[in-house]
Amino acid sequence: MSASAQVRALNCSSCGAPLTVRAFQHTLSVVCGNCLSVLDAKDPNLRVLQRFQERQRVLPRIPMGTRGKVRGDPYEVVGFQVRTITVDGEQYSWSEYLLFNPYKGFRYLTEYQGHWNDVVTLRNVPEVDTGGQRPRARLLGETYDHFQTAEAETTFVLGEFPWQVRVGDRAMVMDFVSPPRILSRESTGSETVWSLGEYMTGAQVWQAFQLPGGPPAAQGVFANQPSPYTGKVRGIWGLWGILTLLLVLVGLLAYTFTGREEVFRRMYSFSPRAGGEVSFVTDVFELKGRPSSAEVKVSTDLSNNWAYFQFALINADTGQAYDFGREVSHYFGRDSDGAWREGGPSDSATVPAVPAGRYYLRVEPEMDAGAAAMRYELVVRRDVPSLGFLFIAAGLLLIPPIFTTVRAVVFSQRRWAESDYASTDSDDGDSGDDD
Amino acid sequence: MSQRAANCPNCGAPVQFRWSSAIQTTCAYCRSILVRRDVNLERVGEVADLPPDPSPIQIGTEGVYRDKSFVLVGRILYEYEQGGWNEWHAVCQDGRSAWLSDAQAEYAVSFLTPHQGLPAANQVRPGQRMMLNGVVYEVTVLTRARYRGVEGELPFEYWDKSEALFADLRTPDARFATIDYSEDPPLLFLGEAVGFDDLRLKNLRQFEGWS
Repeated sequence: MSASAQVRALNCSSCGAPLTVRAFQHTLSVVCGNCLSVLDAKDPNLRVLQRFQERQRVLPRIPMGTRGKVRGDPYEVVGFQVRTITVDGEQYSWSEYLLFNPYKGFRYLTEYQGHWNDVVTLRNVPEVDTGGQRPRARLLGETYDHFQTAEAETTFVLGEFPWQVRVGDRAMVMDFVSPPRILSRESTGSETVWSLGEYMTGAQVWQAFQLPGGPPAAQGVFANQPSPYTGKVRGIWGLWGILTLLLVLVGLLAYTFTGREEVFRRMYSFSPRAGGEVSFVTDVFELKGRPSSAEVKVSTDLSNNWAYFQFALINADTGQAYDFGREVSHYFGRDSDGAWREGGPSDSATVPAVPAGRYYLRVEPEMDAGAAAMRYELVVRRDVPSLGFLFIAAGLLLIPPIFTTVRAVVFSQRRWAESDYASTDSDDGDSGDDD
Repeated sequence: MSQRAANCPNCGAPVQFRWSSAIQTTCAYCRSILVRRDVNLERVGEVADLPPDPSPIQIGTEGVYRDKSFVLVGRILYEYEQGGWNEWHAVCQDGRSAWLSDAQAEYAVSFLTPHQGLPAANQVRPGQRMMLNGVVYEVTVLTRARYRGVEGELPFEYWDKSEALFADLRTPDARFATIDYSEDPPLLFLGEAVGFDDLRLKNLRQFEGWS
């Protein structure tokens, strides 16, 4: 009963140039590509709605009539408009490409400085929560943070539109972001339309529409551009956790399975009242194998007393000496809070990387002049695991996650620098793992 | 009312019913609007030439909604200053009537739902919230539309119309409602916005260059 829908070839009623209407009878206005007049596509005489566009002609990056594949469906570029907002006296313009498929309807591609979004109008009305510091919008269980509110003015149009388009059209646009998605609320006097965009790279757009050459490079960070560090921050800290755990395991294994060969053990006694020369040397013992650690452990019978031991581990052949000291103090008792205890009767010192050879210890104990005599035992063990390298390794392991975290925070700051919240410090919930 | 075939009282052409409960249909040959009165078809008017339709849907298109199949048997066409839209009359496999609205390839399925106390036409505004069947809806847009024509089988008489106000309402979970002020009291249609692919439509129109 109705004539078939088809692409129409017409002539501009203003300048006579040929023009094509691609979106069937959906199209309400069509712009002459030659004289840029906006024409009423529903009017048999193509009544002129707007004669000229004052602004300079803008060349769309994707020509009208180009077909591409978006989300698996073919779409044709049928319309193009430039919209401009003014923030603090600065004008910012972005492009919107209107895409058409006769079955699936319309969708949009937007572009701002090399950043693209695939946008569809929504069938749902998101819930807006204006209670907090910043408004938030919720859609299908996802929360979007308010990014910017501005009045957008249409500053250039080309192609055709399923509404009566005019240069100078104005709408209040509220953007909410949850990268890689952006939720936009556009309201004119009579109507409010919500749309949902998903970030696309220029390369993806070029691929989808098989465009020649390369896409323009993306400038800066866009509102809903997915952070390259999303997930990475959490991931790298997770990796850090695993590696640190492994390190601890390695330490435990090393501690359990290294040699710990006992090379010397002997009991001594010391009385400070005896006077005279207190230092002495032990018998010679042998440290074998590759250079590794040697542990000197001193165990005393001190009780409520202290002693200081000056040691030197001396190579009997070369005379090379490793000097070190250890204070052992052991106090305990009972007061109104109950039993207490400080220090302990024994201590040890580990000398790292001692080459193989014949060694002896020079020992010089020291106590309070009036203190009671002390008995003590010296034990020397070879190849005691030194865990110091583990701490250095743990420190080095921290560098990549900290580096990535800092980069993520910087990325987030650059994102929000373009928002209505640029002046606020960006560590109010947006730093950390940016997503 | 079991008869599935009749002849147009105006031109004598056969009138085939896809749906035995249809109250109104149109003659595909002479465009007469035919209404069932008792056992007879009565010519009540004539459909004006309908404008070329960009919709991919046509009478006879079949689809699936909530696991139930349906077939489109008729439509009402409206126009307004920002374009036009179709209300396709769908007959479900359980015999219920449903409506598939198609506005610039955005689709919604709805059912006529009895409801008391709908706001009057002069009391409804965009942004207004109202409870319908226990759910809060928000009025998103008011459309003053012109009845443009009918085609095929409808569950009621619908032909002597001119201008009507429609209020579209939505919810965060894609429920959809329309209040049709062409009747008094107004009619409420409740349903949901649906994606084209979700309807699994068959027997669609073919567009040259778009297969």
